[in-house]
Amino acid sequence: MGPFIEVVLGGLMAGVLYSLVALGFVLIYKASGVFNFAQGAMVLLAALAFARFSEVMPMPVAFVLSALMMVGVAFLIERLVLRHLVNQEGIILFLATFGITYFLEGLGPQLFGDNIYRIDLGMPKEPKLILEKMFDGGLLINLEDFIAAGIAAALVTFLAIFFQKTATGRALRAVADDHQAAQSVGIPLNRIWVIVWSVSGFVALVAGMIWGSKLGVQFSLVLIALKAIPVVILGGFTSVPGAIVGGLIIGVGEKIAEVYLGPIIGGGIENWFAYVLALAFLLIRPEGLFGERHIDRV
Amino acid sequence: MFYRENGQFKTSYEADQALFPIKQDRVFIVLLLMVAFVGIPIFADEYIFRAILIPFLILSLAALGLNLLVGYCGQISLGTGGFMMVGAYAAYNLAVRLPDLNMLVVFVLAGLITTVVGMVFGIPSLRIKGLYLAVATLAAQFFLDWLFSRVKWFTNDSSSGSVSAPVLQVFGFRWESPLEKYLFVLSVVVLFALIARNLVRSHIGRSWMATRDMDVAAEIIGIRPVYAKLSAFAVSSFFVGIAGALWGFVHLGSWEPLAFDVNRSFSLLFMVIIGGLGSILGSFLGAAFVVILPLLLNQIPLWLGLPMSTATAAHFEAMIFGALIIFFLIVEPHGLARLWAVAKEKLRLWPFPH
Amino acid sequence: MGENAVAHNSSNSAGLDTDTKSTRSQIGEVILALENISLAFGGVQALSDISFDVREHEIRAIIGPNGAGKSSMLNVINGVYHPQQGTIFFKGEKRHQMNPHKVASQGVARTFQNIALFKGMSVLDNLMTGRNLMMKTGILQQALYWGATQREELAHRAKIEEIIDFLEIQAIRKTPVGRLPYGLQKRVELGRALAAEPTMLLLDEPMAGMNVEEKQDMCRFVLDVNEEYGTTIVLIEHDMGVVMDISDRVVVLDYGKKIGDGEPDEVRNNQAVIDAYLGVQH
Repeated sequence: MGPFIEVVLGGLMAGVLYSLVALGFVLIYKASGVFNFAQGAMVLLAALAFARFSEVMPMPVAFVLSALMMVGVAFLIERLVLRHLVNQEGIILFLATFGITYFLEGLGPQLFGDNIYRIDLGMPKEPKLILEKMFDGGLLINLEDFIAAGIAAALVTFLAIFFQKTATGRALRAVADDHQAAQSVGIPLNRIWVIVWSVSGFVALVAGMIWGSKLGVQFSLVLIALKAIPVVILGGFTSVPGAIVGGLIIGVGEKIAEVYLGPIIGGGIENWFAYVLALAFLLIRPEGLFGERHIDRV
Repeated sequence: MFYRENGQFKTSYEADQALFPIKQDRVFIVLLLMVAFVGIPIFADEYIFRAILIPFLILSLAALGLNLLVGYCGQISLGTGGFMMVGAYAAYNLAVRLPDLNMLVVFVLAGLITTVVGMVFGIPSLRIKGLYLAVATLAAQFFLDWLFSRVKWFTNDSSSGSVSAPVLQVFGFRWESPLEKYLFVLSVVVLFALIARNLVRSHIGRSWMATRDMDVAAEIIGIRPVYAKLSAFAVSSFFVGIAGALWGFVHLGSWEPLAFDVNRSFSLLFMVIIGGLGSILGSFLGAAFVVILPLLLNQIPLWLGLPMSTATAAHFEAMIFGALIIFFLIVEPHGLARLWAVAKEKLRLWPFPH
Repeated sequence: MGENAVAHNSSNSAGLDTDTKSTRSQIGEVILALENISLAFGGVQALSDISFDVREHEIRAIIGPNGAGKSSMLNVINGVYHPQQGTIFFKGEKRHQMNPHKVASQGVARTFQNIALFKGMSVLDNLMTGRNLMMKTGILQQALYWGATQREELAHRAKIEEIIDFLEIQAIRKTPVGRLPYGLQKRVELGRALAAEPTMLLLDEPMAGMNVEEKQDMCRFVLDVNEEYGTTIVLIEHDMGVVMDISDRVVVLDYGKKIGDGEPDEVRNNQAVIDAYLGVQH
């Protein structure tokens, strides 16, 4: 029983981190109706910035500077890209985020370098034994993952409240529904977009710091975003709680599949298992766990 | 002045529905084919065949297949690389395990195998649309990546994971030199472009476009969405599978699954978007753009006399590519084909302003 | 299609000819009967216990205030919506819900309130899709095109051209429909429905948003189709002048319930209908 719970716990903690990245997706989709494929590139860019900045200055300063940089990126994206694509179909905006992805994937390494960089957040690296009395031999958990999960959870809660309770949150939801209608009631579309992409950039920064501290800051961070897509599918594109629940399900599902299914059909399943899981789920419930049902009016 | 249709009256529906109803278009196409089949072989050198023309043609074929699915039928697919992989490995296994089989038959069978796989992965499109469908096709891509890396049978138990294709040999004639390969691929692509054009102007093509534009209304008219969507996946996969087989046999020679990864899928999607959704010409224009651009970008530092490390060049290539995609989407979301059509409209009036 | 419309003398306030109504003797047996149809979406009850029938060759109007469930009724007939209760009797078969493909192949065609044309295609192609059910060549034949498919395409093209002549839309046949003005789009949509050579035509507010002349044209088309081909017509319309003049029988819906059913004069004087919809003449 013990090993199984360890796997589940490990999956849960990985899941929280997926949720964090997925959250960035959901925020942007909720507020601008566009699926931001560039989220992964943003994670990489933020992580690179933080890693290089913290080599020459104290970490809190590096953090603030990186956050400011992401705000700047959000501003540029709004000004150069989004502003010109108002009211285009969703697919055009989605493809534009592909363009942004390529651009940032080139810009990040060009500005900050190609190597693998370390981020040392001062988190404990050794695994710790807990609950020794309940389970035979105790459970081995990764304290770093545990703390990271805590940070992510706090951030997610804060954002959920922000969306539901504040006027800005309401405005963001209006924009997600219909750009033109939101503009016509006086919502400043452009400012909203800068806000949203900045918040999403901030989330990317936190995600980048945590993942970077675990894996090192390298190009493959971009692929984590690809992993977050099934999370968003599962949870529903417009739902913050969905991103959380979806992340946990994917995290646990993936770990279980890797440990128990993997040896049977050959390793490396984790590349596609999350996707197949999301796909199977979609066929039963096309709009995701918490997504909104779409009824075609004829 | 040159492009006027004046005096070209059609006296039968048959003439009106001809492939190229305007005489100037007919002349242009004949010239184009002459240049392609005769002119280029005379003047082009080996490098141009190997590095530009052959990849351009094969990717045009794949882009054409993808365009049928995405542009004409409105079903998005991010798994095209995976389907090319199926075609390539299917052709490889057929050629290696049944060496007496005629190469053309091998390719057609590879295409048919890809058709079946494509239809299977197209089943989700019956329930889900848009971005969700994109994700389903992405799942197909990753799954196929894994399948061809792990299952040893597909690679004939090769230890390195990579395979080498036998020499292209049809009816006893070995197509080995770049020129011969070019002519082979050119013939295949011209044939398939014709097939695509025919399908698109027949009732199956209309059923695709109706499903794309308004699937509920299409269903009420009697167009079965199952048939329309799956047939689009089927035909598209056939094209893409054969393109994959050609890519492996003619262009690469030897390959591993990485050659058909998700980057290839995205690249093909870009060709279709930049070239123009729902346009056969667009598939070619988009492929030309994506094939030629990196080559150009690589040359620019040399022309400007600036020394640049390969890493930096790669970075700038990515940045410029991204910027160009955004630029195109802003300026002409309907792609190069629309630009071409607009140019033709202007040409009809030239030299008059309106 | 005859270009010589029969000349008429009498006309009413809308300027419409009143003598072209199909005569009672032509109207045949019941071809469509709806019994106790109830339809709900989530919490909204769109239709409650609706029963009425349609006879062959007649022009049957469905009227009522907005939101009464008229379009939903047509959608049930087409099989887009499946009612929770009730049965549908059509061409000798009794069913609990209709299948869109089967309904289309049994000769029912439809126009829509918000125009459901295929925006990416030309007028000609839109009309040709109306005939898709009649096109039988296989995929390999279509890939080749020359031969069977070309002959099929040309034969259907000839038929479509008759409809184009009838609706007087020759000039716009190659235009992408997205570029056409509203009135012409409605006409093209009617053309697409006619292309299927239907036995029953469901028209959802075909004259909405049109001026008097356009309405007259539309009425003329509808009446000609009914007269020449005996097509049964089920018509949703808000213009009372049109409804009272050209329909044989009228059914009135309000909040998903049937509040009137009969000949135009009966319905016009029905108190419940006056209260709910028509209002009193001043």
